[in-house]
Amino acid sequence: MSDKKPLLRLENLTKHFPITKGVIVQKQVGAVQAVDNISFEIYRGETLGLVGESGCGKSTTGRAILQLHEPTSGKVFYDGVDLTEASNAEMREMRRNIQIIFQDPYASLNPRMTVGSIIAEPLEIHNIGTAAERQERVKELLELVSLNPFFINRYPHEFSGGQRQRIGVARALALQPDFIVCDEPISALDVSIQAQVVNLLEELQDEFGLTYLFIAHDLSMVRHISDRVAVMYLGKIVELAPRDAVYENPLHPYTQALLSAVPVPDPVVERKRKRVILEGDVPSPSNPPSGCRFHTRCPIAEDICSQEPPIWREAEEEHWVACHLVK
Amino acid sequence: MTTDKKIEKKNNRIGESRSPLQDAMREFRRNKIAVGGMIFVIFVIFVAVFAPVFSPYDFAQQNLRNNRAKPMEGYDITESYAAEKCHWYDTPMEWGCTTFIAGSDALGRDLWSRIIYGTRISLSIALAASSVSLVIGLIYGTVSGYAGGNVDNLMMRLVDFLYGIPLLPIIILMTVYFNAVSRQGSDSPIVTALIKLDNSAGGLLFVFIAIGALNWLGMARLARGQVLSYKEKEFVEAARALGAGNGHVIFKHLIPNVLGPLLIAESMAIPGYIFLEAALSFIGLGVSPPTPSWGAMINEGYSGLRSNPHLVMFPGIALSTLTLAFNFMGDGLRDAFDTRLRGRN
Amino acid sequence: MTKYIIRRLLMAIPVIFLMILATFVLVQAMPGGPFDAVGQRSMPEHIRILLEKRYGLDKPLYEQFFSYLGNLLQGDFGPMLRMPSQTVNDIVAQTFPVSIQLGLMSVAVGFIIGIPLGIIAALNHNTAVDYITTFLAVVSVSIPTLVLGPLLIYTFGVKYDLLPIAFWGADPPFTLGFLPPLTKKFFLHATMPVFSMGTGMAAGITRLTRAGLLDVLSADYVRTARAKGLRERVVIVRHALKNSLIPVATIIGPLLAGAVTGSFITEQIFALNGMGRRFVASIGQREYFLQTSLVLIYGLLLIFGNIFVDVLYAWLDPRIRYD
Repeated sequence: MSDKKPLLRLENLTKHFPITKGVIVQKQVGAVQAVDNISFEIYRGETLGLVGESGCGKSTTGRAILQLHEPTSGKVFYDGVDLTEASNAEMREMRRNIQIIFQDPYASLNPRMTVGSIIAEPLEIHNIGTAAERQERVKELLELVSLNPFFINRYPHEFSGGQRQRIGVARALALQPDFIVCDEPISALDVSIQAQVVNLLEELQDEFGLTYLFIAHDLSMVRHISDRVAVMYLGKIVELAPRDAVYENPLHPYTQALLSAVPVPDPVVERKRKRVILEGDVPSPSNPPSGCRFHTRCPIAEDICSQEPPIWREAEEEHWVACHLVK
Repeated sequence: MTTDKKIEKKNNRIGESRSPLQDAMREFRRNKIAVGGMIFVIFVIFVAVFAPVFSPYDFAQQNLRNNRAKPMEGYDITESYAAEKCHWYDTPMEWGCTTFIAGSDALGRDLWSRIIYGTRISLSIALAASSVSLVIGLIYGTVSGYAGGNVDNLMMRLVDFLYGIPLLPIIILMTVYFNAVSRQGSDSPIVTALIKLDNSAGGLLFVFIAIGALNWLGMARLARGQVLSYKEKEFVEAARALGAGNGHVIFKHLIPNVLGPLLIAESMAIPGYIFLEAALSFIGLGVSPPTPSWGAMINEGYSGLRSNPHLVMFPGIALSTLTLAFNFMGDGLRDAFDTRLRGRN
Repeated sequence: MTKYIIRRLLMAIPVIFLMILATFVLVQAMPGGPFDAVGQRSMPEHIRILLEKRYGLDKPLYEQFFSYLGNLLQGDFGPMLRMPSQTVNDIVAQTFPVSIQLGLMSVAVGFIIGIPLGIIAALNHNTAVDYITTFLAVVSVSIPTLVLGPLLIYTFGVKYDLLPIAFWGADPPFTLGFLPPLTKKFFLHATMPVFSMGTGMAAGITRLTRAGLLDVLSADYVRTARAKGLRERVVIVRHALKNSLIPVATIIGPLLAGAVTGSFITEQIFALNGMGRRFVASIGQREYFLQTSLVLIYGLLLIFGNIFVDVLYAWLDPRIRYD
């Protein structure tokens, strides 16, 4: 499945959003630490699932990879090239390889453009082909995502959420990228439609050898599609391991809590199951807790947790975790 | 074969589409009053373009013998016919008869012709003021909203600043200043060019500038707000992810979306522009005589209101009717394009 | 909140300063001077020079500006150049209360007529009452003071001779500076000017109130209030009305600006001795101090009006916080 060659590598990626104040000239009075010092790799051909509560920095990570949010510090290597150092022209070229599918199929398509011009937009930006060739390519892409090519002159508001998301997928595929950030592509869809889109993404992955970063908060869907899974809490990655290791043998107490919140469709097991209930609210990312960011809600926290940030280490083979208490 | 045809037919139907604009126009057409307003506006535009055809006399032709004629009254201008012989349906030239459909003013000028030519003033104000404020507001607001940060902050502080200034008195002073300078003439080539331009605009250049200066503030705020909301939309992020530059994002994604609300705001602001021109002309600024502006006509007829109310009422009716038509049209456009309201009324 | 008001007042200072500066420079830049010939009566050269010296007009512009500014801070608006028997302060004392009374009464008429009509139209949504009200509102918005004033004068003043057609029915000084005497004469004189300005405002407020109330009436919390069995009257009065009036508060700002613009025309039509008419009358002359001072007063009215509206807005809508 994956040949273990890293396609994308994040090194200490950090994104802080400044909080400003001021009447005439604004000065910075603080920062929202949306993503703080995270590092991981994505191998060619694999799907890495990224899960966490809303507001934990998943989407910011995806956008920072694409340089849609310029990272505050850290590096993003794609195929050995550091995207944070790339010039505008280089980045433009790199964008042919890296694409993104958005969460909201209503906001991600310009309501004033036809489906044809939406899907042709990437070709236009990169000056690929003549108008007629683009038209042909758009029709191909529509068929690829199982939409009728006759839809080409229609407007986004004439489609359902699932169909719109397919249009978004077609647009992302137009430049034949290798790597796609899927930013909660199914969260806004009906459950019955979710499976269709996920299956489409899997088929496309097989056909074109795509690599995905699949961001979601739905644990079961992530389990279905991912090869490896990363768990994020308050701007930090707390655990990263092959899918089955995460789901069968979660090491970090936060992962354990998340998984225990998923109901098991078997009343016997469900009744006996011990659930970890997290107390309190997610702290504000503009003023995160000291030490381990999870210690304010952790059921097993000790003194050290509030004093020192845990080290990101490989606790078991290919099973990375950031917790003082995991042996 | 028949199945092929059926499929083709079905596919053609699938290919049919309605753009948001077409949807809105369909909605607009269902609003009879708004359509009526638009038809009337188009009619007035037609009248203004072909003003010579609709006006029986030269609007500036004075005839002191025939001054202050009542509406439909006929006067004999050649002295060879008795006044009673003239009727409103008489062709003036053939009979040597003058029939004033709407009466004549203190200088004996035909009021009807003056009202007809007055459409040109009001409509050119509507067009010029809305284009000036639209262009300035769109550029200013888009730059401010798109740049964001300190640039945005400073630009919006300037707008707030101008909002605190009583623009009408200052505009009056500026108009007075400009009129005084242009009477005096100037050595500066720029001022001379301005004076020339003003003369060719019938003395209205400064009114154009003044009204534009009054109204771009609101447009800039609106444009900025729209840009701010759209630039965070995912389709803009998508375009960036595809490698689009600032120009592409602004012209392909932001302006097409921002322009609609601005155009509607402009169409709703037009009555205000027409009023402002009339007000400036009423207090003696604005058009230079004998160019007929409805506001100036009301001013001229006002002193004789007691005996000749028609000299005030006819221009007043013209002013209000045109404004009413623009108001109906503007309301209809707003309702048609505001999808939030659709289906509620 | 106090902090917010203080900050707004501090921010207004540079605005006011620049406004005075711009106006002062503009009026002084106009060709000609205050003592130029009027018609046949020209002034001997040596007297003109003496007069200019007396009012300090021979000094450099910046010196004149700062001495004017210094006088302003002491409450002195400066001299009337062509009417030596009066000062600008005298003119302001005569005209300012008239303009304020006219403006406030028009705005009051706008609200007193506009809000109930808007509520009635909204509560009878899509009925004949609604259609007629909204139609009349659009018609009223389309008739400017410039047309309505003469129409009222001709109908009620000339044809039926019910109301006086010109002048304000009371003269300063007033109680507390602006409170008019409650005499029959005052109200007879005020009726037409106030209505010719207030009708358009009322129509605008009717439309806004109607739209605001319709918005609120379709909101979930109103539906909840109905669902839990509250009487319709309670639903409307307690739940819908206050929220629906929030957008109406926003119109007060433009309304104030409109009152300034409108007063120029209304005072002209009804020959009222207000600031607007005085300003218009002075445009052919070079009354530097009068013109600058009147612009300043209009500016102060606008600025304080806008601050008042923002504070009112925050008071009506608890979601808005200034800090």
